[in-house]
Amino acid sequence: MSSVIKSPKDFWTGVLYFGFGAIAFWVARDYSFGTASRMGAGYFPTVLSGLLMFFGVLALLRGVTKHGAPFGAFAWKPALIITASTLAFGLLLTRAGLIVSLLVLIFGSASASSKFRFEWRATLLALGLIAFCVLVFIKGLGLPMPLLGSWFGE
Amino acid sequence: MDASIFANLWLGLQTAGSFINLFYCLVGVMLGTAIGVLPGLGPVATIAMLLPITFGLPPVSSLIMLAGIFYGAQYGGSTTAILINLPGESSSIVTALDGHEMAKQGRAGKALATAAWASFFAGTVTTILIALFSPPLAEVALKFGPAEYFSLMVLGLVASVVLAHGSLMHALGMIVFGLLLGIVGTDVNSGVARYSFDMPELIDGINFVVVAMGVFGLGEIISNLQHETERSLMVKKVTGLMLDKDDFKAIAAPVLRGTLLGSILGILPGGGAMLSSFAAYALEKKVSKNSANFGKGAIEGVAAPESANNAGAQASFIPMLTLGIPSNPVMALMIGAMIIQGIQPGPSVMVEQPALFWGLVASMWIGNAMLVILNLPLIGLWVKMVSVPYHLLFPAILVFCCIGVFSLANTSFDIYFMAIFGLAGYLFRKLECEPAPMLLGFILGPMMEEFLRRALLLSKGNPMVLVTRPISATMLVMAALVMITVMLPALRKKREEVFVEDD
Repeated sequence: MSSVIKSPKDFWTGVLYFGFGAIAFWVARDYSFGTASRMGAGYFPTVLSGLLMFFGVLALLRGVTKHGAPFGAFAWKPALIITASTLAFGLLLTRAGLIVSLLVLIFGSASASSKFRFEWRATLLALGLIAFCVLVFIKGLGLPMPLLGSWFGE
Repeated sequence: MDASIFANLWLGLQTAGSFINLFYCLVGVMLGTAIGVLPGLGPVATIAMLLPITFGLPPVSSLIMLAGIFYGAQYGGSTTAILINLPGESSSIVTALDGHEMAKQGRAGKALATAAWASFFAGTVTTILIALFSPPLAEVALKFGPAEYFSLMVLGLVASVVLAHGSLMHALGMIVFGLLLGIVGTDVNSGVARYSFDMPELIDGINFVVVAMGVFGLGEIISNLQHETERSLMVKKVTGLMLDKDDFKAIAAPVLRGTLLGSILGILPGGGAMLSSFAAYALEKKVSKNSANFGKGAIEGVAAPESANNAGAQASFIPMLTLGIPSNPVMALMIGAMIIQGIQPGPSVMVEQPALFWGLVASMWIGNAMLVILNLPLIGLWVKMVSVPYHLLFPAILVFCCIGVFSLANTSFDIYFMAIFGLAGYLFRKLECEPAPMLLGFILGPMMEEFLRRALLLSKGNPMVLVTRPISATMLVMAALVMITVMLPALRKKREEVFVEDD
């Protein structure tokens, strides 16, 4: 990257810590600080967010002074697919029901692997897993998950 | 004193020996071993995944099962270390050095048997140690005021940094980050909903299972997918599981030393299985007559770290059970499980729930015995599981994570949060920010605030109370010493070396 950032890992950690610290500090202004003997709701968060910003600044400084290892490749594909299929499962669960959302989760996430391909063995395994989940979690443990969700009129 | 210990252990054996508890102990150790053997699934993610299932069980049974998963995973981790030179757990990294060498020479059976017996011996000794040391420790802890508790937690958090990868500053930042995350939710004193951003789901705070599953479960899956590898089994069939007289002679002293070292290091906050196994291997290499053979398949090089890591893993229950302080993420999850079961972790557990306390202690011994009896004959099954392809496994892990998280509060909101924490977990790994200290901070955060509040209320706002009370001061000094030692250049280099082997 640029020549300013010498150690990207330290630099970005610093940005992250400082950013979170600053947001937490900003939000905590609305909570009463109180005094040391009668700590308000804002006392502990304010102190902590101050500390986090401090560590953030230290990491930032190190990021621009000391040379460090490069960031390395970011696995965009698996990261996005895993996150998206998890979110999709959450969205679909009450709407389309367990069976459909599991199909989406299993085949969606599996496509994140470089070894993914449709084959009868893997498909059978997936169907077995769905059957297992239906039997154990809905029939056995009685979790309130619909088999078929509101979209199918359940 | 002595008589009461036997009475206590007897109570424990009765509790742990009931049919239902034996059953859950067995389920725990079997699941644990499977997890240790299967690729890319750590004990933290698994315990988080299975926690929701244990909510319906009686508290003793659920803790017995979770503990079984923990030391079972330790055991399974050594199996993969020996058979395919891929340590399933960070604590079995050193076992791979000599254990895999033995396997290459066709002595895989011997290495596995050594690991099993060494672990069993260490487990037995540590069970007795827990029984001996917990009551006096809890008695001391009962005298603790809020100031002492606060300082103890500071010490625990600082110590967790020692074992974290990467730079010290990153780890300290992660602790503070975790503490802040722990604050989300309603403040008990004022009733103010903090950091809830007007989302009703956040008023009760973020469930630690959501954080643990996201960061350790999903985060690890993404990480593993980046470096997908095939596992190849060199040893298809394991034979020769018997140890002869000479073997027992060779491993007796290393096992004793390993057990001793492991139990001492395990008690320390931040210590535990991994540190113990490294230390034991290093020690054995120095003192053993056979040290020239280390790294070339020395049986002592398997026995010492295996006994040490099991001793360390079990000894880490001591601070958790007596003080309510977790020394590693697994213990943090155990504490979370206790809180959900309505038990306030701390020194009073032993007095108020003797059956639970001693039942758990006794179950560890029973569980270790089960591991030896079951796993050596079942080795064929574990060998098969070693080579399960990861691309068939991880969608199933994801399914169990999602359903588990949903079942916490029957809301999809937690699933969304888990997804976000998964992404964050992966990012942290890329930035070399270890998530373990964050989880400890997250669990301890609300407790620390409460204790600090009470300590300062009692002292009328004078922060000096933390250093004028002797026990509290001692702990803060220890925390400072830990920090200084970690920063010393010599140790720093050593620490980095240790972690290089890990990567």
